[in-house]
Amino acid sequence: MSEIILEVQHLSKSFGKHEVLRDIDFTVSPGDVTSIIGASGSGKSTLLRCVNLLETPTSGDILYRGENIKKIKGGAPAYRTKVGMVFQSFNLFNNMSVLKNCMVGQTRVLHRGKEQAREQAMQYLTKVGMAPYINAKPRQLSGGQKQRVAIARALAMDPDILLFDEPTSALDPEMVGEVLTVMRQLASDGMTMLVVTHEMAFARDVSNKVVYMNNGVILESGTPAEVFGNPRHQETKDFLSRFRS
Amino acid sequence: MDKLSQLFQDVSATWAGGYSQYLTGAGKTILLAVAATAVGCIIGLACGILQTIPVSKDDNPVKKALLLVVRAVIRIYVEVFRGTPMILQAVFIYFGLPYFFGNGARLDVTPAAYLVVSINTGAYMAETVRGGIMSIDPGQTEGAKAIGMNHFKTMTSVILPQTIRNIIPQIGNNLIINIKDTSVMFIIGYTELFAVHKAIVGAKFVYFPSAVIEMAMYLCMTIICSVILRWWERKLDGPQNFDIATTDTLALTSGTTNYIKKERKEDMHR
Ligand SMILES: Nc1ncnc2c1ncn2[C@@H]1O[C@H](COP(=O)(O)OP(=O)(O)O)[C@@H](O)[C@H]1O
Ligand SMILES: [Mg+2]
Repeated sequence: MSEIILEVQHLSKSFGKHEVLRDIDFTVSPGDVTSIIGASGSGKSTLLRCVNLLETPTSGDILYRGENIKKIKGGAPAYRTKVGMVFQSFNLFNNMSVLKNCMVGQTRVLHRGKEQAREQAMQYLTKVGMAPYINAKPRQLSGGQKQRVAIARALAMDPDILLFDEPTSALDPEMVGEVLTVMRQLASDGMTMLVVTHEMAFARDVSNKVVYMNNGVILESGTPAEVFGNPRHQETKDFLSRFRS
Repeated sequence: MDKLSQLFQDVSATWAGGYSQYLTGAGKTILLAVAATAVGCIIGLACGILQTIPVSKDDNPVKKALLLVVRAVIRIYVEVFRGTPMILQAVFIYFGLPYFFGNGARLDVTPAAYLVVSINTGAYMAETVRGGIMSIDPGQTEGAKAIGMNHFKTMTSVILPQTIRNIIPQIGNNLIINIKDTSVMFIIGYTELFAVHKAIVGAKFVYFPSAVIEMAMYLCMTIICSVILRWWERKLDGPQNFDIATTDTLALTSGTTNYIKKERKEDMHR
């Protein structure tokens, strides 16, 4: 088994004539918590969406454990069971209870038995503090609660890596903390995570790699100490200075 | 007043003389309408799944061609059956099949009626379902894909259940329209409620009293259907409240609370 979970090589993506990502390269090793930061419109979401094939890259390759994801047996659906995604807008299934949200992928996609799926769902719902709400429908929850359920839903599939696209950006300020708490917990449990975020404290304190994107390219990447402590580009400095008070 | 009591007597007499025919007719009407609406919904949902299979540039050409053909066939089906009168469709199928393939190919009246109304309803439902699917937040599809669901699983687990909930009013419309419009099946000799009226007035010349009975019976059937559909809507919505086993420990320990959330919990308990 390859040591590297994910390897992105020369990835580019255009929407029509508009080139949104250019020659992106990076790798993710087990246990890595990588924060992707950058201004709005710099291509962070598009990058994550290419990584789990919600968008088809225009060129370049993505290798999952050494295998090109375009050629994985079972296609995109099989690959996505290994690469979980948490969205800014939660995307919980509105027609299902909290518990069912966390079970349906296990039963219908992984073909696990009902009992096993329920146990696993309960384990992760407990972990994110949502076990008391198993009977609620998404519309009955606050934003922070929805996001925690979405995290549990992704975890229940036993993914190798979790992608987060601005998981706290749609939340009221007082709910950001509860979601970040869960994410910190996951990181300390050794979960491999790729996180697009504007929470600079999270990027600095929790992640071991930081990627700064600007206009569709990775302008700078390194450890938090390198990127935050000693940014090499003026753009990075300007971007970071907007977050210092 | 005289006229009203006269009418009352006439209606009573007409009913007494023909109630078993009226009831049989009503039974055949409602069975046809309900069955055809149900089959029409299934056709509509199937068309919805097929029409929304995504095509991407990287798919192989055979798959792409096949999908285009499927979409074209559904489109033609919808346009033809929505764009022609059901009464003529009945004639086409009932008399057209034997015209081409001999009398052996003639369907019995009842299967022919069920077939025509089902296919006709299916054409309307295909469009209703398509609209319903488009109105679901694309995030639902992305959420489903992100946990590894393919198109079929996404549709059957996530999108169609929500679509069905949203289009129940349309399903109700179709059912009620079918209850009334199945009357055109007299053209091929299907004896539903309106055909009973024609038979009875033909024998007894009680045009208006029989019409009063028919009006009342149609209205009863449609109102009962409305009520049942409303009940189904509420059932699909599920309970307005849910039970909380204990408190939300994480929200409390993260130090970020908030009377807002507590207030909300109390709301839900009510
Ligand atoms: N589906 C799309 N079609 C066309 N342009 C898009 C699409 N998605 C994103 N873009 C464009 O790509 C650029 C990067 O968007 P995005 O990846 O969402 O940035 P970020 O997440 O960093 O804010 C933006 O200019 C946006 O308008
Ligand atoms: Mg974004």
